[in-house]
Amino acid sequence: MRYTFQGYVRENGKVGSRNFVGVIPSVICATDVAQAICRQVAGTVGFFHHQGCCQLPTDLKRVTDTLISLGCSPNVGAVLIVSLGCEGTDTQRLYQEISSTGKPVELIEIQELGGMSRAIQRGTDLAQALAQKISGLQRETVDISNVVMGIKCGASDTTSGMASNCVIGYVADKLVDFGATVVFGETTEFIGGEHILAQRAVGGPEGPIGKKIYEIVERMENRAKTIGEDMRGGQPTPGNIKGGLSSIEEKSLGAIVKSGHRPIQGILEYPDMVTDQKGLWIKDAPGREPEILTGMAATGAQFLCFSTGRGAPQGFPSMPVIKICGNPNTYARMKYDMDLNAGRIIIGEKSIEEVGEEAFEMLLRVLNGQMTKNEAIHYVSTMDIHCVGPVI
Amino acid sequence: MELNIALQVDEKDNVATIFADGITKGTSVRVKDRSGYEEMMSVTEVIPYGHKVAVRDIQVGEPIIKYGESIGRAVRDIKKGDYVHVHNMEAMRGRGDL
Repeated sequence: MRYTFQGYVRENGKVGSRNFVGVIPSVICATDVAQAICRQVAGTVGFFHHQGCCQLPTDLKRVTDTLISLGCSPNVGAVLIVSLGCEGTDTQRLYQEISSTGKPVELIEIQELGGMSRAIQRGTDLAQALAQKISGLQRETVDISNVVMGIKCGASDTTSGMASNCVIGYVADKLVDFGATVVFGETTEFIGGEHILAQRAVGGPEGPIGKKIYEIVERMENRAKTIGEDMRGGQPTPGNIKGGLSSIEEKSLGAIVKSGHRPIQGILEYPDMVTDQKGLWIKDAPGREPEILTGMAATGAQFLCFSTGRGAPQGFPSMPVIKICGNPNTYARMKYDMDLNAGRIIIGEKSIEEVGEEAFEMLLRVLNGQMTKNEAIHYVSTMDIHCVGPVI
Repeated sequence: MELNIALQVDEKDNVATIFADGITKGTSVRVKDRSGYEEMMSVTEVIPYGHKVAVRDIQVGEPIIKYGESIGRAVRDIKKGDYVHVHNMEAMRGRGDL
């Protein structure tokens, strides 16, 4: 059987599961104006972050590239960029590259317009027009191979690796087999499991992709060492330890289960968006929620499957987040935040395959437009851009 | 719901994860793996929900095995039925001193 979903087909052929006007402050200093516009105009989402000025060139490029990918991402139908006027982000390139997708893009500059109140007024007028313009777009039937799924686990406990991550692994394998794209990350949580991932790399552990897996783990470990620390003070987190995870290796081995069993095709840098890559890919991003959710939305994921044990309620502005809970007690306590109860695997009520099929049906409904629990309760602001250098 | 389950992921594992509340000294748990193998064993101390129990004796310095892979090493001798966590095992990765 071939699966389809109802999506918004963009000018460049990408398919969205949502149709928002994305309001992008090009720098943290433009956030207040962007927030005021989003409060006023229906159908907008704000990409509020803390970057874009007084950073080293590497990070300024990373911020620009990530914002470009967010603007180009298929759940966004039109974009309003809010610039202060003196930021380090390359606002012109941001405008040009998002425009090149064919979607409508507007740009306002606070300093040029005469300050906050005038920028809010002008931005509100422009965002209103964009929202009205894209609101009539109809969904079309497209093949499942157009799916780009992001995956992540957070607030993990020992049920994550034995239930909810297994469910996501099942779904990941099924999507890859249908020619879709699946992206996982959380490089910190490869530590102790990188040999297993490298074995699955196309070309084997000695090939360029296998070697790169070891490299990105080392790069992440070295970042901690350069400030004279090691990972143990932060990973596993205090919550993980309380949940029964005793070491980073245990956390990692449970975490990588969610990537399923298919070959790893390659590694995407943090700001990268998938173009025509299919199959299973790694995104080099840390595990903390704001940064990895942003990285996955920048990849072009139409939705994200999020596995949790202790109960993670986070969501992202433009990308629905499906919560799959491995701990049956947490699900009972937090059922208004959790979309699917994989805890039934722990108590022996259901198999991984049975809950995996439920998850697959759920993701098709979400792609078609059904709200996830985080969307319906409007917990949608977990975003920031992962930078590597200091603020200067 | 079946009570006092301890799940062992891989046959090579020397720990299983308990998914039951109220586990204390002398409680019997049913250790199960995915192949259907089951064994009843007695626990020697309080073990919280979602935490690990040793399914055989483990010597100091020996690896702790879960998912069929090392998740660290024992920092003291551990007996079958003992609670295994950060007090008697340590990570071997993500540290600057090894």
